[in-house]
Amino acid sequence: MIMPILLIVYYSFLDIHGNFTLANYQKFFTPVYLKMTLSSFWYALLITAVSLLVAYPTAFLLTRTKYKQLWLLLIILPSWINLLLKAYSFIGIFGTYGFANALLEVFGIGKKQILFTDFSFIFVSVYIFIPFMILPIFNALDKLNPSFIDASRDLGASGWTTFRRVIFPLTFDGVKSGCQVVFIPALSLFMLTRLIAGNRVITLGTAVEQHFLVTQDWGMGSTIAVFLIISMVIIMLLTGNKKRGGVG
Amino acid sequence: MKKKSLSTIYLTIVFLILYAPIFYLMYYSFNSGGKMYEFESFSLEWYKDLFQNTRLLIIVLNTIIIALLSSAISTILGTIGAVGIWHLKKRQTKNVLLSLNNILIVSPDVIIGASFLIMFTIVGIKLGFSSVLLSHIAFSVPIVVIMVLPKLQEMSSTLIDAAKDLGASNFNVLTKVILPYITPGIFAGFFMALTYSLDDFAVTFFVTGNGFSTLSVEIYSMARQGVSLTINALSTILFLFTILLVIGYYFISKRNGRIIGLGARK
Amino acid sequence: MKKLVQTFAVIFIVSFALMFWVQRLNASEGYAGGNTITVYNWGEYIDPDLIKQFEKETGIKVIYETFDSNEAMMVKIRQGGTSYDVAMPSEYAIQKMKEEGLLLKLDQSKLPNLKNIDERFLNLPFDPDNEYSVPYFWGTVGIVYNKKMLGDRTFDSWNDLWADDLKNQILLVDGAREVIGFGLNSLHYSLNDKNKVHLQEAKDKLVKLQPNIKAIVGDEIKMLLVNEEAPIGVIWSGDAADIMWENENLDYVVPEEGSNLWFDNMVIPKTSKNIEGAHKFINFMLDAEVAAQNAEYVGYSTPNKAAMSILPEETVSDERFYPSPELTDRLEVYENLGQDMLSYYNDLYLEFKMHTK
Repeated sequence: MIMPILLIVYYSFLDIHGNFTLANYQKFFTPVYLKMTLSSFWYALLITAVSLLVAYPTAFLLTRTKYKQLWLLLIILPSWINLLLKAYSFIGIFGTYGFANALLEVFGIGKKQILFTDFSFIFVSVYIFIPFMILPIFNALDKLNPSFIDASRDLGASGWTTFRRVIFPLTFDGVKSGCQVVFIPALSLFMLTRLIAGNRVITLGTAVEQHFLVTQDWGMGSTIAVFLIISMVIIMLLTGNKKRGGVG
Repeated sequence: MKKKSLSTIYLTIVFLILYAPIFYLMYYSFNSGGKMYEFESFSLEWYKDLFQNTRLLIIVLNTIIIALLSSAISTILGTIGAVGIWHLKKRQTKNVLLSLNNILIVSPDVIIGASFLIMFTIVGIKLGFSSVLLSHIAFSVPIVVIMVLPKLQEMSSTLIDAAKDLGASNFNVLTKVILPYITPGIFAGFFMALTYSLDDFAVTFFVTGNGFSTLSVEIYSMARQGVSLTINALSTILFLFTILLVIGYYFISKRNGRIIGLGARK
Repeated sequence: MKKLVQTFAVIFIVSFALMFWVQRLNASEGYAGGNTITVYNWGEYIDPDLIKQFEKETGIKVIYETFDSNEAMMVKIRQGGTSYDVAMPSEYAIQKMKEEGLLLKLDQSKLPNLKNIDERFLNLPFDPDNEYSVPYFWGTVGIVYNKKMLGDRTFDSWNDLWADDLKNQILLVDGAREVIGFGLNSLHYSLNDKNKVHLQEAKDKLVKLQPNIKAIVGDEIKMLLVNEEAPIGVIWSGDAADIMWENENLDYVVPEEGSNLWFDNMVIPKTSKNIEGAHKFINFMLDAEVAAQNAEYVGYSTPNKAAMSILPEETVSDERFYPSPELTDRLEVYENLGQDMLSYYNDLYLEFKMHTK
């Protein structure tokens, strides 16, 4: 498992002719790549935030349904269908003559360009990642002892206070693991940037893809990957420490 | 009462959105035209095609075998790993291991695929079933670890202390206390691994060979010529089959009084 | 605990049962052992009936594997591990594979049907004397436009794309060589220009095109153009033929400044274990009737002269897809630019893509 990582680091010091070089790292600190890094982080952050906002209530409401495990499985099921096929479906749904625009017309808003916008990109990304966010949150909420909530209510806490002071802290581990499994892969997302965002959004994942497959510049591709890994480690350390400080 | 209906509406919307693209592609599997646009007329020709296609059947079976085996094995490995990490006393070592664990998730698929290919050819593993299985296990284990770990952290140490005080051996603590407690996490990990395995294209592409192929590889390589609607038909059948399986299994196990669900309580 | 063990036991049992089933299927299909060849091709890029016909005629079983890009295919062949016997790379990939020693020389005495290929497509710069490759399909890069949405506007020149009133109307295919290429063409430079001043000029010009570009996409471009998501697309001729057949408002043109001439070719990679069978397969695909049937199935232009006489008159006389020799003279085949230049192209292309907002 360590092997691929070593290979990546090794390749990141090679230029296209296989000579040892630091040029790749130099190149990374040019405006083009820095801008790309920023936008990757920005979109990954947005995707994680939106996923969390949608997933938390969903998971919460699911724990209150009758056949909760069954519903949960039904949430995971769509993710077993091939991504490319689903992306094609979304192209059809969001297209100028697609279902979404037809709906907008019914509501009197009129046709809008949905495909190839930030909105569609984030929507579809959230769509793909949401089961990964719901699962851990559901697991955390599910074992939550209802008596805690009742106790809090009995003590006169409002619904919001109960959530903030009792429910949310107790499910924090689930939320954290959900955010990790969404944020980390979202950083290196690539297919959707082309399919749904029409290359209007360019992320580091796209660049790695291009360097490995089109330019065959494995050195540069690996360099970007090294940066992805470093930033991931930093995030891990930051979130890891915060948790220790907060919960003790 | 009002609250209840609001929550029903919310869940309904979530489910509608989740299933919208699936229904869309199911709808087009009945298209007599060849593509996923411009519905011409109702036809079952793609289903007929599908049932005559042994090559596709083999690919589907391969995909399922790889998905099931790799997620089961990686769930076992990942759970062991998570318990190991959780058991560590030193926080630093813990952090290092966790970061290592996440590296495979953050690395873009192409890189993982390409490095595995290089690795397998150096080691001399024949490309095909075993190389695909190994690499799927490799990228699924970290996901399982991430899913199992929070459950372990939640578990109060008094629970284990109590068990030990009552004279339980380490093995008994593991099987009678820890594992039952983290079962939901284990199943969550299993299902996530299954999802990743079923959807993976880039890694599989690089490490497969000698006639072995999975559904994703097949579908992506069709993109240039347009994905055949046979694939839509296939997805429809697989999807309906899985739903039936899930619901059937759920109610059978419910009647027998033992649910092995994701969120099952001890 | 017991539940866990039971569940996993069931999973393993099911997997092994399925494996047994696959083995039975493989055996009954004849894939296991015996006389086989492995063909490595794009998905859906051959008429499956022809494979069956080949198997019946020769008794050789065909294992068909697929790839989705030339580059990925090259990585696989370079690393070995699988014995591909026939592969279908594009012309620029052939040059590279040749240099890296990934190809085996063809034995032309075993390919009598080579005579069916139009001389125009033999002995091309990327493979003089066809030592290593035989053309499979060919085509151009040009502009697809929607007559219904654009009125009687025409696109005789690449520069017509820069018109002010075409805001947000153009779809480009996501390829560095293609996009930089038409940028160069619009300035009357060669597609294979290595002059960095010219290239920079082309990039600056392309950046000015950005307001007109709706999206830069991959193979979805066909679906999008048929659905009239945008009226204009820069696209390969093979794809154009495909979608014009589905939406009759679409038309295709190769601008007068010139454009790219591309080839997909059949080669025998060095990984081949059944060289005899590989030659038989290539020769089979060169047969006039087979090539004609395949061209009808795939919809691309065939380089097979004998096959063209079998194809319907209206297909082969369509100058958009079987351009006249005069037009072909203005088309250029991609040359291998060398790693450094290729990187430079891609860097420029990335900069161009980043200029979106």
